[in-house]
Amino acid sequence: MYVAGIDMGAKFVKVVILDDGEIKGKGMAPTGFDLDEAANSAFNSALENAGIQKDDLKHITSTGAGKKEVDFRNTEVTEVGAAAKGAISLFPGSRTIIEVGAEEGRALRSDENGRVLDFVINEKCAAGAGAFTEAMARALEIPVTEMGALSLKSAKETPMNAQCAVFAESEVVSLVHSKTSKEDIARAIHDAIASRISSMVRRLSIEKDVTLIGGLAKNIGFVESLKRDLNMDINVPDDPDFVGALGAALVARKKAKEG
Amino acid sequence: MATEDSEYWRWKEYNWKDPEMDWKDAEFITAGVDVGSVSSQAVITLDSKLFAYSNMRTGSNSPDSARNAMNWALEDTGLDLEKIQYVVGTGYGRVNVPFADRAITEIACHGRGANYMYGPTVRTVLDMGGQDCKAIRTDEKGKVTAFLMNDKCAAGTGRGMEVFADLLGIHIEKVGEESFKVEKEPPAVSSTCVVFAKSEATGLLRAGWPKNKVLAAYCSAMAHRVVTLLERLGVEKEFAITGGIAKNSGVVKRIEKELGLTALDVNLDTQIAGALGGALFAEALAKKAQKQG
Repeated sequence: MYVAGIDMGAKFVKVVILDDGEIKGKGMAPTGFDLDEAANSAFNSALENAGIQKDDLKHITSTGAGKKEVDFRNTEVTEVGAAAKGAISLFPGSRTIIEVGAEEGRALRSDENGRVLDFVINEKCAAGAGAFTEAMARALEIPVTEMGALSLKSAKETPMNAQCAVFAESEVVSLVHSKTSKEDIARAIHDAIASRISSMVRRLSIEKDVTLIGGLAKNIGFVESLKRDLNMDINVPDDPDFVGALGAALVARKKAKEG
Repeated sequence: MATEDSEYWRWKEYNWKDPEMDWKDAEFITAGVDVGSVSSQAVITLDSKLFAYSNMRTGSNSPDSARNAMNWALEDTGLDLEKIQYVVGTGYGRVNVPFADRAITEIACHGRGANYMYGPTVRTVLDMGGQDCKAIRTDEKGKVTAFLMNDKCAAGTGRGMEVFADLLGIHIEKVGEESFKVEKEPPAVSSTCVVFAKSEATGLLRAGWPKNKVLAAYCSAMAHRVVTLLERLGVEKEFAITGGIAKNSGVVKRIEKELGLTALDVNLDTQIAGALGGALFAEALAKKAQKQG
């Protein structure tokens, strides 16, 4: 039985297709400004990847900031609900789940069934979201995908005073002018956002295991900074940006079974 | 390097002196230097009267920015730094003014400067700076009685407006008038964060909104943001706005509308309030030093 989950993120739409709990196909498309087009494009590439037709799907569940914009959805699930279900399926021991997307940071506590017990969200400020590293990469004039590896080469802590991404951009430019190496600046950037995220996480009481998902989890520099800041090990799945869509697909599977 | 034409955020730097005044007649010649995060000003006063000032962009080095602003204010006055009896440094870089006799916080200086600029009836001063925004309550002498400050977030600051000027390709000094060229006032941009507001604005542009309408929506958002700060402090009449954004009618008029209060008007550069307050404090300190011998 085929089901699908679609995660309408601020920057990317992600789709996961499941066949009896097994991942059969994935698709992704930039969100852009035409949500319909983005949803269809990600969805079609997932169908193609799975080698099935739309009619083969028994149930489609949407999640993410634009979840209500998916007109072919059967049901929807909250972002925290999808994150918990997805993370627990990959790391059953997860009790604290941190998700950092392009424009939102979330932390939640979950029980062993993926039921959300408590959560905190930052959606007001780019300082605690992926948009922060993107803006800083622009200021550093390096691709955002290279930031992680670059920062791992630094062994030095460089304090950043600015919290705000707009102010931090000017600070990065001053650091470049003052001949601070790009490695050290990249680390300073990841330390800064990690400290923002961990102070959000600490508003919940942290219980182990901790699992990190969302697009920023692909940035190994950020992951290292967060581990250091929380002073604990963190699970990171292979495709951390698809976990929300996976969670939505698991919800779809349950709904389909319930009929 | 970007060309001058494409630097929409770049406002004009300039200096000024009162041609009617002669420093040789003055008993006390003092100065205030305000090294802000975005702009720096130097003000020279003669016996508590504004004589000369400069206003320029802060460079990457605070001591150099302080020296440049001071030298520019001194230009063509016939004065040199040695003749200035007392210098107060203020602003974000106040401890980095090498020739200052003393550093005083910008909150105190803005209160004092606004009192001179707008008169003793001013009770609430909103200073909208490059990287911060302060709501200040003062007494009839310009002494600060309470204040609230946002220096953590670019929303409600000059830097935030510069980002929008660049995004929309509208010169920062024209933002005010351009923002009123709309048929109907649009709803405010909903994101607080400047980074998110920028993506929201890009979306609005793609949806076919004209640039002016997007600008109007952002000016409203900024006005709302600072009114929230003012209301937390409590606004008492008379009310005045200082700093760079005070020159932006697009934000000022929308603040006035939301507050239901008109801001006092002044024929002076609103960015010099801090440095002017510094120069006035410098005179009081020079007098005190003289008395003590």
